Amino acid sequence: MALLDVKDLSVRFDTPEGDIHAVNGVSFSLEKGETLGIVGESGSGKSQLNFALLGLLAKNGHTTGQALFDGQDLLSISERKLNQIRANRIAMVFQDPMTSLNPYMRISDQMAEVLMLHKGLSKRAAIAESVAMLDAVKIPDAKTRVRLYPHEFSGGMRQRVMIAMSLLCHPEVLIADEPTTALDVTVQAQIMELLAELQREFGMATILITHDLGVVAGFCERAIVMYGGRIMEKAPVDPLFEAPTHPYTRGLLDAIPRVDEDQESLHAIPGNPPNMTGAPKGCPFAPRCALADDRCRVETPALMEFAEGRARACFRPIEEVAA
Amino acid sequence: MSYPLIEARDVRVSFDIHRPSDLPWTPPAKLHAVNGVSFSLEPGQTLGIVGESGCGKSTLARALIRMLPASGQVIWEDGTDLLTLSPRQMLKYRSQIQMIFQDPLASLNPRMTVGDIISEPLRTHRPDMSSKERKEKVRAVMERVGLLPNQINRYPHEFSGGQCQRIGIARALVVEPKLLICDEPVSALDVSIQAQVIGLLEELRRDLGLTIIFIAHDLSVVKHLSDEVMVLYLGRMMEKASSDALFADPRHPYTQALLSAVPIPDPQVEKGKKVIALDGDLPSPMAPPSGCVFRTRCPHAQAICETAPPEDLCGTHQTSCHFAGKTVVPA
Repeated sequence: MALLDVKDLSVRFDTPEGDIHAVNGVSFSLEKGETLGIVGESGSGKSQLNFALLGLLAKNGHTTGQALFDGQDLLSISERKLNQIRANRIAMVFQDPMTSLNPYMRISDQMAEVLMLHKGLSKRAAIAESVAMLDAVKIPDAKTRVRLYPHEFSGGMRQRVMIAMSLLCHPEVLIADEPTTALDVTVQAQIMELLAELQREFGMATILITHDLGVVAGFCERAIVMYGGRIMEKAPVDPLFEAPTHPYTRGLLDAIPRVDEDQESLHAIPGNPPNMTGAPKGCPFAPRCALADDRCRVETPALMEFAEGRARACFRPIEEVAA
Repeated sequence: MSYPLIEARDVRVSFDIHRPSDLPWTPPAKLHAVNGVSFSLEPGQTLGIVGESGCGKSTLARALIRMLPASGQVIWEDGTDLLTLSPRQMLKYRSQIQMIFQDPLASLNPRMTVGDIISEPLRTHRPDMSSKERKEKVRAVMERVGLLPNQINRYPHEFSGGQCQRIGIARALVVEPKLLICDEPVSALDVSIQAQVIGLLEELRRDLGLTIIFIAHDLSVVKHLSDEVMVLYLGRMMEKASSDALFADPRHPYTQALLSAVPIPDPQVEKGKKVIALDGDLPSPMAPPSGCVFRTRCPHAQAICETAPPEDLCGTHQTSCHFAGKTVVPA
């Protein structure tokens, strides 16, 4: 049985301008120890999907569907039960380490708090454990630096602290939401390598949310491509990058400039990202898709498996149109 | 060889920093944000400036257009040193050098319509133009950058990020500049929109013969657009070469590390890739390392790097390193 099984999850926000359908009928599962990438551009719903799993949505957000973790539906269990799972069994690393750490607390206090709450350790034992974890994420001189405040660390070091904090309870699932977006490339490389190492060491399943297909290629086994709150394509990374079948995945890959190849020109995807207010109709990508026909604009394609482990939501996938 | 459009000679920018612990009479410490950068740029060429945050790439751009006080020389094509001009004299050159900024929405005044935003530079630089001519001009330039002329009375918040960046580009182009400075113009945009804006810049460069200084932290974008690339680290130039040469044969250890760290959207390539890890963090620019500024994180650093700063070499492939080209990238 899968560790986490998300079924038909939708997220809707009530706003004065009308309902925003941020996530629409998303289903996926996560196996033990697996690395899953969720890729999408801004507004694709990738972050809201994961916020919904941990009950972190804004007050005007509503969810429907199911997210089974160890037999419990994360979307409907009580706050008290959810608190026993959050940070303890499912942990999250956020994008911006400066705004997600408390600037008024020493690192030692912020980290110890997690262990005292979830594991019932004494403060002394909790700090000792925190120092060990800071060592594990390769913060030099952890013993003295644990006494510092977040602003005394650089961006990369702060993200290491965030990662150490999320791993304190040895979670079974780690959700990393754009963990390297705010960082420089050389620091990004350090952090991704560290995450891969820790993932192997602790054997936790990891969901990596990112807009960077390059990061997914290097880190994940499987990936989900999202657009307009829906899953467009789901596949292991090798076939996904080598032979994408959804026009959106193909478009994304063609739009990326690459350092390792000479390209004549980039193929941009025409048009603008979708407006998420109002009930969605048809395929969300249809207005920007070169292959779309009338059916795509009216009917919404369902996510269907077409090969071992590979699924897509498209009426006119690339190879069928080409054939 | 043609005459350069703009030539920077030994440009330096430094800031006075009063630390909170300083006493009022303590002289301020100097932070050298840009430390002796030189380049020359010929008409129609594109110079890419790359580096990580804090390397001084934006400061350099701001110094070139006198948004920040700088020392050294910036020679325009007519032989004038832009850094010595009075603000009034500088006005004449401002219409020839325009800039587009990173955050597309923040760089547009939210209370002005698109038409007003784009025509404002005309009001400053071509005061003799009639309002009818101005309107014509604005419509033409909007069409040129892919905006619909009927959007002229809308406000910036009604546009998406990519379209806002097009407005920014239109505003820069309306005075027909010779040099366009782009400071991270696509880093706030999504991949699919980013490709649209890069395509537009390429098209404009080809059609209007624009000279571009393109600043970015994303090496792949710079590779795609630039003829020549300059790599900065702690305000100093590490390497400068033609785009082809730099990406095919990076000679400076920093450039090599930077290139190896770029994630590549191909799982096969990623698996076999060796990332050159840089230890530690960027040193404080208040107290840069002696000798070569990169030596504290350089995998090849030797004793000489600590004592003598490397000479800037001449030639087309300039590398500021004692061991340039002698260090090999591990395969």
